[in-house]
Amino acid sequence: MNSYLGRKTIDIVARSACLAALLVAIVPLAGVLFYLGAKGISGLSWGLFTELPKPVGEPGGGFANAIVGTVILVAIACSVSLPVGVFAGVYLAEFGGNRFAKAVRFSADVLSGVPSIAVGVFAYTIFVLSMRRFSALAGGFALSIIMLPTITRTTEELIKLVPDSLREAGLALGIPKWRVIISVVLRTGAPGITTGIMLAVARAAGETAPLLFTALNNRYWSLDPIKPIASLPVQIYTYAISPFDDWHRQAWAAALVLVAMVLVLNILARLITYQRGGER
Amino acid sequence: MRFTVGRESDERDAGRLRLWPAAIGAEVNLGDRLFRILTAAFAALIVLMLAAMAIQMTRASALSLSRFGFGFLVGTDWDPVRESFGALPFIYGTIASSLLALIIAVPISLAIAIYLSELSAAPVRRSLGFVVELLAAIPSVVFGLWGVFVLAPLLRDRIEPALVPFFGGTANGFDLLAAAIILAIMILPTISSVSRDVMAAVPKSQREGALALGATRWETVRVAVLPSARSGIVGAIILGLGRALGETMAVTMVIGNRGEISLSILDPSYSMAAVIANEYTEATGELHLAALSEITLLLFIVTLALNAAARFLVWRVARLPGEKNRL
Repeated sequence: MNSYLGRKTIDIVARSACLAALLVAIVPLAGVLFYLGAKGISGLSWGLFTELPKPVGEPGGGFANAIVGTVILVAIACSVSLPVGVFAGVYLAEFGGNRFAKAVRFSADVLSGVPSIAVGVFAYTIFVLSMRRFSALAGGFALSIIMLPTITRTTEELIKLVPDSLREAGLALGIPKWRVIISVVLRTGAPGITTGIMLAVARAAGETAPLLFTALNNRYWSLDPIKPIASLPVQIYTYAISPFDDWHRQAWAAALVLVAMVLVLNILARLITYQRGGER
Repeated sequence: MRFTVGRESDERDAGRLRLWPAAIGAEVNLGDRLFRILTAAFAALIVLMLAAMAIQMTRASALSLSRFGFGFLVGTDWDPVRESFGALPFIYGTIASSLLALIIAVPISLAIAIYLSELSAAPVRRSLGFVVELLAAIPSVVFGLWGVFVLAPLLRDRIEPALVPFFGGTANGFDLLAAAIILAIMILPTISSVSRDVMAAVPKSQREGALALGATRWETVRVAVLPSARSGIVGAIILGLGRALGETMAVTMVIGNRGEISLSILDPSYSMAAVIANEYTEATGELHLAALSEITLLLFIVTLALNAAARFLVWRVARLPGEKNRL
């Protein structure tokens, strides 16, 4: 142990073990992506994107309504979480030296750790119980709670990175502070905030648990916010636990579409920050 | 998803933020004041949301709370028809699968964190770190799908037959072990990325000191980095535990959904999140719904406590002296 050779050996073994662990972690990622490719691509067809689900036994059918449903749900979620998250983030960054801001930061961090199923139950007690029906609105509300912490904290971080000299320049021109924050500070931070929003959207789009008893599911077209609506994750779940081979094939294809959407959002988001990182 | 805890250093911000209202531009006009109040109102919504969740869940579970009291936690009978509800099998399944997942995930994620923070060059760190974080981006239901059609058959046919002599139970693929493996995969990015950030926050001078004394890279990690990062690493593990406890879809799909307590990791089990997901829409009686709500409330309170603790531990490291801007 104390000899130089012994220490050197331990060093090499430990370092190799760390590298090995990294490779072990990449195996499941590769495994999931490989099976998605293998089982998903063969199931892909144009009809999946244009047709409604068909009853069991009839060949064909698709999940067009689920794709549109996911987009609608995320749009509803954004309409709540974007203004709240961004403005809350602005508050934390610009006026956040006090106790109240600490409480907000704490709540946002803790909220991000609340299980998504609990968020679903919360949305159920607020919307479904009072409206006496499952609705896209309830589902969108649940997703907005999931997006909120990410948006708030990234907005705060990014706004803090904006140099004070920009604020001072704005004020020196006689622009009121609120105008400086909106037109100068927020604008400068916009690419980074967009990253945060995209990551939040990617996460929300893949959530299943909060939708199970809020948006429910729907085998037909629906654009109505107060009716149940289909979504890709719930559709994948329904198909995956069904006993029918044809539905299993569609589940894999739907999962491939969902993962492609989520990964593209993630990679785009990283690209934006990567460029910004280069400038700093 | 990336967790934003730890990117915080209150003292520094407080110093700068006090500048705004005082030195640079006092709130001279109405617009400024309105703007501050408006943004504060949005910020308050976040606190209100959390409070509303606690209140709503307590209200929704009132019936079950008053009927069963403490017995709810230790009862093993779950029968909606006879309106008899005890949550112990689900609590057991949740804890057992999460702890098992931690046993699998913690060594691997710490090794990854050490590699990414201490042993690799910047380009490797960036690209491989990104790959590990992509793992966190894959939706839970997709892991569930993979678990049902790939992992469970693999466990059933190849791996579990060899384990049955040691652990008992049956080799059917849908059991605690399957749930734990899926959970381990899902919490691995959380634990590794938070501990990597924590290690990166340890001052460079400490490492230089160790290296200057002739320590190897690994000895430097062991002597100079890990002791300072310890509380933050514990925080990262607690965060991972919080995620594992609340994870729903993937677990529901592979844990076997059988509400009986069995000590074998090869027997089907049931988790708190899974029973909520499976029964909430179909709950017939009010008591049934209240019992499910009480399970949600439990899950909510436990994850809340864990996250608060993790946040505290991770921050302690972020407050280390020197190199303030690393976290």
